[in-house]
Amino acid sequence: MKIETGSEIRVLPSREGAIAEAGKAGAAVHCGKTSVAGSVSQRACVFCGSRVVLYPIADALHVVHGPIGCAAYTWDIRGAQSSGPQLFRNSFSTDLQEMDVIYGGEKKLARALDQLIEKHQPKAAFVYTTCIVGLIGDDVGAVCKTAAAKWGIPVLPVASEGFKGTKKDGYKAACEAALKLVGTGDTSGVSKHSINLLGDFNIAGETWIVRDYFERMGIQVVATITGDGRVDDLRRCHGASLNLVQCAGSMTHLSRRLKEVYGTPFNKVSFFGIEDMSAALYETAKFFGDETMLAKARLIVAEEVARIYPQLRAWRRDLEGKRAAIYVGGAFKAFSLVRALRSIGMRTVLVGTQTGDKDDYETLREMCDPGTIVVDDSNPLELAKFCLEQDVDLFIGGVKERPIAYKLGIGFCDHNHERKEALAGFVGMLNFAREVHASVMSPVWNFVPRRSRRSLHAVGAPAPARGAVDAGNAGQPATHSRKGAA
Amino acid sequence: MLNGTTAEHVERKALRINPAKTCQPIGAMYAALGIHACMPHSHGSQGCCSYHRSHLTRHFKEPVMATTSSFTEGSSVFGGLANLTMALRNIFTIYDPEIVAVHTTCLSEVIGDDIPTIVGKSREEGGVPAGKYVIHANTPSFVGSHVYGYSNMIVSMVSYLAEKTGTTKNQVNIIPSFIEPADMREIKRMAALTGVPTVMFPDTSNVLDGPLTGKYQMYPTGGATVAQIKSSGDSIATLALGHFGAHNAAISLETKCNVPASLMELPIGVGATDRFINTLRTLGGGEVSAELELERGRLVDLMSDLHQYFHGKRVAVSGDPDMVIALTQFLVELEMKPVYVITGSPGNTFEKRIHEILDPVVPDAKIKQCSDLFELHQWIKKEPVDLLITNTYGKSMARADNIPFVRFGFPILDRAGHRFYSTMGYAGAVRLIDQMLNAILDHKDRTCAEEWFELVQ
Repeated sequence: MKIETGSEIRVLPSREGAIAEAGKAGAAVHCGKTSVAGSVSQRACVFCGSRVVLYPIADALHVVHGPIGCAAYTWDIRGAQSSGPQLFRNSFSTDLQEMDVIYGGEKKLARALDQLIEKHQPKAAFVYTTCIVGLIGDDVGAVCKTAAAKWGIPVLPVASEGFKGTKKDGYKAACEAALKLVGTGDTSGVSKHSINLLGDFNIAGETWIVRDYFERMGIQVVATITGDGRVDDLRRCHGASLNLVQCAGSMTHLSRRLKEVYGTPFNKVSFFGIEDMSAALYETAKFFGDETMLAKARLIVAEEVARIYPQLRAWRRDLEGKRAAIYVGGAFKAFSLVRALRSIGMRTVLVGTQTGDKDDYETLREMCDPGTIVVDDSNPLELAKFCLEQDVDLFIGGVKERPIAYKLGIGFCDHNHERKEALAGFVGMLNFAREVHASVMSPVWNFVPRRSRRSLHAVGAPAPARGAVDAGNAGQPATHSRKGAA
Repeated sequence: MLNGTTAEHVERKALRINPAKTCQPIGAMYAALGIHACMPHSHGSQGCCSYHRSHLTRHFKEPVMATTSSFTEGSSVFGGLANLTMALRNIFTIYDPEIVAVHTTCLSEVIGDDIPTIVGKSREEGGVPAGKYVIHANTPSFVGSHVYGYSNMIVSMVSYLAEKTGTTKNQVNIIPSFIEPADMREIKRMAALTGVPTVMFPDTSNVLDGPLTGKYQMYPTGGATVAQIKSSGDSIATLALGHFGAHNAAISLETKCNVPASLMELPIGVGATDRFINTLRTLGGGEVSAELELERGRLVDLMSDLHQYFHGKRVAVSGDPDMVIALTQFLVELEMKPVYVITGSPGNTFEKRIHEILDPVVPDAKIKQCSDLFELHQWIKKEPVDLLITNTYGKSMARADNIPFVRFGFPILDRAGHRFYSTMGYAGAVRLIDQMLNAILDHKDRTCAEEWFELVQ
C-alpha cells in the first residue's frame, strides 16, 4: 500500500499537541486524555490498569466479573513471580452470557465466589468489574459484602469498568481496593527501620533482587506491593516507616493515601540503572539518618558495581553512539531508561509514554539531548515514522511494539510485562546491557536492506542510488562496518 | 499453577476456570485482517482493541493494526455515535485503508448502537470518502466465542460486498475457518495444484506472516481484495471449511447470490484432505495432480512406518470446534483413542459430530462443548492420557502431570512453528505426526527405566 516509509507517514492533526522536541521551545505536551477515536492507540483500559496492579498478590483470589474476553486476555500473561502460592495464575471468571446481561449477573458472581473461596481458602478476594457490569448495574459491592460476611475474609470489589477512564484510573481503582486491606493487620514486630516497596511487580524476580539490597542494609521490608505480594503483608504495611514508590504511575495514589491516613512518608525511586538504584539506597539510608546504614549502602553499591562494571565497559565500546527509542507505560521508567542508556553510551532520540503527565514531559525534554522527540500516547504509525526518521538502533517497549521494531530492522528490548530477564538493581543493569547489546549487535540486522545500506555509508562507500542496492546487498553481511557506524 | 487441580469433580454453573475460548471481537478482528488494506475497527473501550492486538501479536509475532472508538463514560450514556463518526473520519484521513471493518463489543452491544445508521450518516457527512468501504459485524462478547466473531465478520463480508453480476466466473470460493496464515497458504497451494482457480476469503497469509523488509507496511501485500470478495458472488461454487467458522458465510452467499455451497470440514488428515481435493476437482473439472498423489503416498507411507507408536494411545484434545472435529478424525485414522475431547465454544453440532466420529471406536469418550481446561484436567487427573493436544494454555497441566504435549490451535504463545508449518493437507498431517511422535518418544526417553531406553526406535 501507500504507507511504507517514514517520510510518507503523516501525523494526525489532533495528535500534534502530543508531540514535542527536546531543546526547542514549545507548548507543554498534551497528555492524560483518552486516545483519539480512530487511532491505533497502544493504550489499554481501566480494567487493564487494575488487573496488572493487583494480579501479583499471590495468595488472593482474583475473579473477573464479565464476559470471557477480559479474563482470557489477562490470564497469566505477566511474569510476576511468586515465591509461594500460584493461585493467582489461574483464570477465574463468571463468563457472563446473554441471559446474565438481561437478568443481571449478581447471583452468578455470588455462586462463583462461594465455590472458589470454599475450595481455595484464600486470604482475600478481589472482584474486577468490567464494562458490561457497569452498564447492567450489578451491585458488586453488595455481593462482595455478603461473601465477606459468609466466609470471613475480605472480598473487595475493584471498580474497573473499562470505559470509565484510562489505564491510570484503573491503577487508582486498584489502589483503592488494596487500601481497604491496609490497617487491618497487627504491626507488632515492625522495626523502626522498615519500608514498603510499592510499584515493583516482581517481573522476572526483580522484587527479590531489590529486597535483598535493603535487607543487607539492615532495613526490614514489610510489604512488597504488589510483586510477590501477600494479603497479610498488605494488612500490616501501615506499620512501616517509609514507602518507596518505584512505579510512580501505578502507585502514587496508594502512597499519597497512606501518607494522608497513616502519615507514612514516601519517596519516589527507581531501581533501573546504576545511578537510580544507588540513589534509592542512599536516600533511604539518609531518610533513616543512620550512618552505619549509609556505610552499608556504599559498600553494597561499591561491591555490586565492581562486579558488573568490567562487562558493562566492554559492551559500551560496541554501543557507543547508538541511538535508542523508548516507548513505555510510565514516565518514571522512561527517566531511568534515558539515564541507563546513557551509561552504556547510547543516546535516546525518541521517548514516549502512555501515562506521563505535563511535568514528566518537561523533565524528559530537559534531560534528553536536543532533537529528541517526546511524545504522549503514540501509535504504531507515528512510532514507525519517528524510528525511521531518527534512524534508531534500538527500540525499548512492550509486546505491541516488538514486531514493529523488528519489521523495520531495529533491535528490541522488552521493558514491559513480558520481559524474561530481571532488569532492576545492579544485576538488572547488567542483564539490560546484555539484552541491548545482543539485540543491537545481532548479525541478523546485516541482512536487512535498510541497515546494510547504512553500514556501507559509514565506512565511506559512496551512497548508492536509492533502491539500487536493495537486491544486491540484502543478503550480504556487513560485518566490517558495524564499528565504523559508531 | 494448575497442579492445584483435583480429580474430584464439582458441578460448575457460575464459574469459568481456565477457559478454552475467548470473546467474539478478536475473531472478527482476525477475519478482517484477511481483507487486503483493511483496518479492523473495535467499537468499544480502548482496552478491548489493545488486548486483541496484543493477543494476536503474541501468537503471530507480527504487528497487528486496528483502531478503536475509545469509549468514555459519556459514550456509555449517550451512545457511541460521536466516537464512531470521529473514528471513521480519522481512520480514512490518516491511515487511508480501502475498507474499514467495524465490530462491536459487549459495551456497544448493550448500549445498542446502530452501526449501519451511524456509518450511513458518516458517509453523508463526508467522513467516508467515495469509493471506500465500511462493513460491520455484531460481535457481542457474551454470546458464543472468538470463532463466532470470526464467522460473523465473514458473513458481513458476504452481505456487504459479494455481488452477482450475472456472468459466472470460472472460480471457486474457499472460506476457511479460524486457522493459521500458513494453513490458508497450504490450502491455496493444494487448490492451485488441482488447477482450479480459487478466491479465498478471509486470507491472512502474507498479512500475518510477512517478511522482514526494513520497511513499515501498514497494509501488507496479502489479504483478499475487496474486488475478489465482490466477485465471490459470480463464482461456480463455495467450499466452506468448518461448521462453526465458515459455513454461515457460505450459506449467506448461496442465499444472496445463488452460489452453491459445499459445507465441508477442515482438511486435516488423509480422509478429510481427500474429500477436500475431490470436491474441488469435481467442481472445477481438474485432474488429480501427480504432486498431490505423491504427497498423499508419502503421508500414508509414514503412517505405515509408525502406526505401532500411535495405536491405542489415549489422547486429550481441546481447541476450537472446527479444528478439533478435523483433528479427531485424523487421530482415529492413526488408531489413537481420543478419550477426552472438548471445546470452550458453545454449539451442539460439536458434540454430535464428535460422537459420530468416536462412538464406533471410542464409545466411552468424554465429549463436551462449553467446557474449559480445568475440567479437562480434572478428567485427566482421574484417568490419565498418553498425549495432550491443546493450545499453549495446556502447558501447565502437561507439566503438572508430565504428559507428552503438542501445541495446536489458537493461541500458541510460546513456540514458533505454527507460524510456518501448516497442519492442513497431506503435508500438514506429516507435520502433526512428527510433532506427536516426538512428544511421545521424547517423553519415553526422558522417563523410562534405563533398560528400556533404546537407541533405535
